[in-house]
Formats: sequence, structure tokens, C-alpha cells
Amino acid sequence: MAEENDYQLWVEDIHLSFGGLKALNGVSTGVKKGEIFSIIGPNGAGKTCLLNCINRFYHPQRGRIFFEGRNITRIKTSAIAELGIARTFQNVELFAHMTVLDNIKLGAHIHLKSGSLSGGIYFGKTRREETALRKHIEEKIIDLLEIEQIRKKVVHALPYGLQKRVEMARALAMNPKVLLLDEPATGMNLEETEDIARFILDINQEWGVTIVLIEHDMGVVMDISDRVCVLDFGTKIAEGKPDAIRHNEKVIKAYLGEEDLAYSRLGA
Amino acid sequence: MRCADFKESYVKDEEIFQSLFVKCWLAAFLIFLLLFPLFANSYVLYFANMIGFAVIASVGLNLLTGFTGQISLGHAAFVGVGGYTCAILMTRLEMPFWFALPCGGIVAALAGLIIGIPSLRVKGLYLCMATLASQFIFEFIFIHWESLTKGIRGINVPPPRIGSFAFDNERSYYYLTLVFALLAVVYGRNLVRSKVGRAFVAIRDRDLAAEIMGISLFRYKLTAFAVSSFYAGVAGGLWVCFLRIVTPEHFPFHLSIQYLAMVIVGGLGSILGSIFGAVFMTLIPELLNVLTGSLREVFPTASKLFIPLKEVVFGSLIVIFLIFEPRGLAEIWRRIKAFFLLWPFSY
Repeated sequence: MAEENDYQLWVEDIHLSFGGLKALNGVSTGVKKGEIFSIIGPNGAGKTCLLNCINRFYHPQRGRIFFEGRNITRIKTSAIAELGIARTFQNVELFAHMTVLDNIKLGAHIHLKSGSLSGGIYFGKTRREETALRKHIEEKIIDLLEIEQIRKKVVHALPYGLQKRVEMARALAMNPKVLLLDEPATGMNLEETEDIARFILDINQEWGVTIVLIEHDMGVVMDISDRVCVLDFGTKIAEGKPDAIRHNEKVIKAYLGEEDLAYSRLGA
Repeated sequence: MRCADFKESYVKDEEIFQSLFVKCWLAAFLIFLLLFPLFANSYVLYFANMIGFAVIASVGLNLLTGFTGQISLGHAAFVGVGGYTCAILMTRLEMPFWFALPCGGIVAALAGLIIGIPSLRVKGLYLCMATLASQFIFEFIFIHWESLTKGIRGINVPPPRIGSFAFDNERSYYYLTLVFALLAVVYGRNLVRSKVGRAFVAIRDRDLAAEIMGISLFRYKLTAFAVSSFYAGVAGGLWVCFLRIVTPEHFPFHLSIQYLAMVIVGGLGSILGSIFGAVFMTLIPELLNVLTGSLREVFPTASKLFIPLKEVVFGSLIVIFLIFEPRGLAEIWRRIKAFFLLWPFSY
């Protein structure tokens, strides 16, 4: 099939069910290199399930997943990082007892060479590597995401909004090709949401990272996405440019059932 | 008073000992450690050696339990594996101590790798049971594989030698223990601030997110078991050569519990904590011994009470510690330091 080569990330006919519940029912979609691709849908539509399939947390009963033309449906969860796919979570999944800096350093885990022997001696190679990593993190990532003041704090004491940012920083430290963001702006006020949207655009444009975004804030989704995919009850009901999605009958129905209310919600 | 440090390079900020002040204290402490045997008698030096062995073993256990979050109730068994390997190599094959000791560590690490395999499937209490089983399996092997271990009669071990010089008394052996304990602590502290150590903590805090970072749980959990058992094995080898005999009775189940207590009382996830814990758990029972001994002279009629009372006091001390400072002695130390950071103008 040709699609797997046209798209950087291509999922094909994914079926995922838990017992009798069909979480994903034949979803096929693709993300092009360098775009911001949003997945939206009502609660329980299967958005996070789809990301979990890509991350190999869930094993779909049917279907295939391709990354840069390579079938990744059967590889190990920990090998996904090496392909260049990073991820943040809906409920922050940081390492709670470590400092912000250590959390971010963990993002770069796959790029570090030192093993348990050289790490314990901490001389020469390891020392240089750690210093270079620290420099990169401070000057590129912490600076970009504006979290200088908290970098030595322990994560679990930080407010939720900052934790989300730290998680994004950790994902960036992986130097990913694709960044999967699961509701990065949830629970934030307007100002924080705008910050997050700005960060996403920066990451996309300056670093050239492809973004896959799950978000409920329609303002953010419609403003920054190149393309939007809409899921409902585990099936894809629409895909296209934000403007087309905004006026799509099926999408409006899925969200609210009634047209006039839907228009106000989607901001048309 | 030392409010803060100003650093100009990332190298400086990544250092363990961050200021000249701290380095001076450290140097003073090292000099004290070096000179201390000149003034101490062999009774005190015996305990200094025991503390050294405990430090090595508990740093190892802390890497596994405190940092990686994999609880182990079989640490004494790995100490035993190291001790027996060392003893057998030195007696049967007449190998020098300097070769036998690392071999003891490596054999213990291999044993740890095998015992660590269940950790890939089971967590928490279930892993507890799996490691508990290993403790009893190894104890059984020590007692019943008589052709190798000489059963309960034990093996007599020669002292370590350099040329014609033998480390055969508490004083000379103290320096040997000191060197190995320092190496163990430095290696452990460095390990936890590098890639592998961070991966350990990541597995402890959130294993799913760790996998997303590309950390293979399989690889790093087994690494943690191997490194931890290597520490145990080295501690065992050193201990056995110090006692000059090895029997199965040296590695009972309650020793495993004691190591776990050192790590918990000292502070889970802190190398410094394991040192505190090892000192505490080795010295306090002995101090209580001395105390009850002198009390017995004052109140001879109550002497029957004092011996069991000692255990009760020791147990209560641990409980009190855990209630008032669940994060261990390392946390108390940190708070003392924080207090003096701004002292005497703490506002």
C-alpha cells in the first residue's frame, strides 16, 4: 500500500477491544511529516487508546502501524523511543520524587552511551556526556519552555500546569521526530493555555517536530492544527482542515447532537 | 553561615560536593578515618570493620530497594554466595584474595540475575515472597551441599596477603575494609547520578513512563539486581576473610531483615542514608549491650530483665524513628544542614 510511505506515521484499520467493549473499530489515519495533527472527539471516543496503540501499551487485535515506512505493530514498548516517538500523558506521568532537571535528563536516556561501569566511575566519557547534556537541556529546552526557576525543585510539589510543562520538556529531551501530546492544556487557565499553544508552535516550527495533539480546547485545536481527525465511539467520522471540520455535520452531531448549540461550541 | 553558592559552569553544578566548605569537611573526615585506628583498641576496630561490611552491603541493597524499588528479602543470601565463593576459591584453588574477592562479587551478581528474573513479572509483596524463597534456597544449599561448602562445619579461610604481609588483625584489616567501603560508596553515588541510576529511579517512580523514555524494564531491573548482589558478594567476601571462617549460620534470614532495616532507617533512595543506617544498626545494639551490662552491675537483681529489654528498646527505637522521620536518618541530616545554611539569621 502506498499510504504508509506518504505519511510519517500511518495507522491502518486498528481494532482494539477490551472484553466486549470496542474501543477502536477500524481506525485508519495518517500524520504527515512536519504537521500539527489533532485528534478530537467526545470523552471515551478512543483518542488516548489510539496513542497507546502507537506507543505499544495496548496491543490492537487487528491492524497495522507504520512509522517512516516501517511496520512497528509488533516491536517492544521501550523500542518506540529509539524510533523518535515521544509522548506526554493526559494524567501527568512524571517521576515524582526526582528533580525537574533529572526528569528532563531521563528524556535523553536513549542518547546517552555510558553504562553501569563507566557511570559508576563517572570520569572522562560519562562526565563529558553529562555536562553536554546539562548544557543542551538548560540552553535549549528549559529556556524554550520557560521553567528556569523550578529546575531544581522536586516534581511532586509543583503545580499541575508546571508539571505539564516539565513533561513536555522531558519529551523534548528525547529529540523526537514525532511528539504525541495527550491533552497538554487540560486544567489550565487562559494564559497558561496560550503559553502551551505557543510552545507547541515553537516546537513544531523551530525544531521541525511533527505534533500529534489530543485536546478538548477547541480554540487551541482550530487555531494551530494543520489537519484534524475526529473520533467517535472508536470510529473515525471526519478528517480534514480545521475549517472543514468546524462545519462538518457528523462532527457537530457527535459533539452535541443539536446544530445550533454545536455552532456556538465550535466557534463558527 | 552559607546562604547559597554561585556557580559559573555546568561542570561545577553537577558536582557532588558543591563547595570548598563541604570539601574541607570531607577531607577532615577522611583524615579522621585514616588516623582513627591509631587510637582505637581492637574491640572498637572490630566494630569499625563490621560497619564497613554493613555499609557495602546496605549501599548495594539501597540501589535495588531504595532506588529501583524492587524489595529484596534475600540480601543475606547474596552476601553468603559472595562469602562462600571467596572462601572456596581461596582454599580449594588457593587463589589470592585479590582475585577471589571480585569473583565472589561476580558469582553473587550472577545469582542475583537469576533471582531477579521474577521481578519482571511480579511486584511489591509478591516479589518479597520470591526473594524470600531465594534466601531459604541458598541457606539450604550452604548447609546441604557438603562437598562444596563443608556444611555446618564451615570452611576456614586464610587472611588476605600482599607479599608476606597478612591482613590478619583488626587494625590492618580496617584499612582494607575502609578502601573497599569508600570505593563502594563512591561508585554507588556516581552510578545514581548517571544514566543507569536515573533509569533505576524512573522504574521505581513510574515504570510505564520509563518505558516510553526507552528504558527497557527487563534490562535495568536485572542490572539493579546484579549490581546490588555484586555489592553483597564483595561485602560477604570481605567479611568471611575477616572472620577467617564461613558457616551457614553467618547468613540467616534475620540478617536480610537487618539489611532492609538499615536501608529503611537510613533512608530509602539515599547513598548517605545507607551509610547512616549501617552505622546505626551495627552500633546501637552494641551500645545497648554495654548499657545493660553496666546497669546489671547497679541492679543485680533485675539482670534477667535487661537482656530481653535490650531487644525491646532496639525495636522501639526503630519504630520511633520511622514514625517521626519516615524518610530516614538521611532526611534528619538534610534538615540539620538546611538549618545551618541560614544560621544564626534564619529569617
